[in-house]
Amino acid sequence: MNIPTRSVAAGLLIVGLAAAVLSKARAGGDDFFPPVADKVTAEECGGCHMAFPAAMLPAASWRRMMSELDNHFGDDASLDADTAARVTRYLVDNAADTGGRQYGRKLMQGVRANASPQRITELPKWVHEHDEVSPGEWKDKDVGSKANCPACHVDAKLGYFEDD
Amino acid sequence: MTVTRYAIGFLCVLPLATTVSAAPPASLIEGYAAAAKAEGSGFAGFSAARGETLHRTEFAGGKPDTPACTSCHGKDARGPGKTRTGKAIEPMAASASPARYQDPAKVEKWFKRNCNEVLGRECTPREKGDWLAYMAGQ
Repeated sequence: MNIPTRSVAAGLLIVGLAAAVLSKARAGGDDFFPPVADKVTAEECGGCHMAFPAAMLPAASWRRMMSELDNHFGDDASLDADTAARVTRYLVDNAADTGGRQYGRKLMQGVRANASPQRITELPKWVHEHDEVSPGEWKDKDVGSKANCPACHVDAKLGYFEDD
Repeated sequence: MTVTRYAIGFLCVLPLATTVSAAPPASLIEGYAAAAKAEGSGFAGFSAARGETLHRTEFAGGKPDTPACTSCHGKDARGPGKTRTGKAIEPMAASASPARYQDPAKVEKWFKRNCNEVLGRECTPREKGDWLAYMAGQ
């Protein structure tokens, strides 16, 4: 039998890389936040901006945000009741103080228990981590908004937010 | 041989199928037409030209940073746009984004949000049909 050595090697390489990525994810490195895994949540939240990982805010924040979608940071982001309920469930279940605790814990430093902060970019830890970014860099036309994580964090969509 | 023949047949039909599905579904357009008629004021069909005007006009009633559809969608309907948060928006032209307009609930969701933002009110059925007629022809 003729074993296709090259295919086997390529397959092993892919498995190896996947394992490396997974182990990094499992380790819960400071800069890893699992990307939104629910299809509806990813689509609805990702319609206007990057779908921010649920582990970046506590459950109380998501509950409040999802109840005020008709004025979502000044925009109308309203959803029908069924969709809103599904998105809320995913976000609350995977929040920084629930299922996503191992990833979101560090970002919650300085946030009072039961508080419901709305802007990720106003969390004390977020502000501290971004203090080296100059006003000019924020105004760069390719950045435009603090909500545009992937402008600098090239692997943000994969969940990695390390310094780039 | 038969397989090859089927494959060739399939490949010939494929572009046709894609072209058909790119247009907004007839039922969606008919729904807006019925609603426009019910509103009165002598509705006599949708107009892509009026749709283009709606798309490009700068309104004063909505949010100051998004006075027109083109504020986010860009001036070229076949080209991409960009949200205020820097996220790319696929082109609005049906020819460039064939998957668009296939889900009526999604179309309604975005009309509601974006008309409120740009015009400061919901769009009328006639405006929606005109706008879709413009995008269907782009």
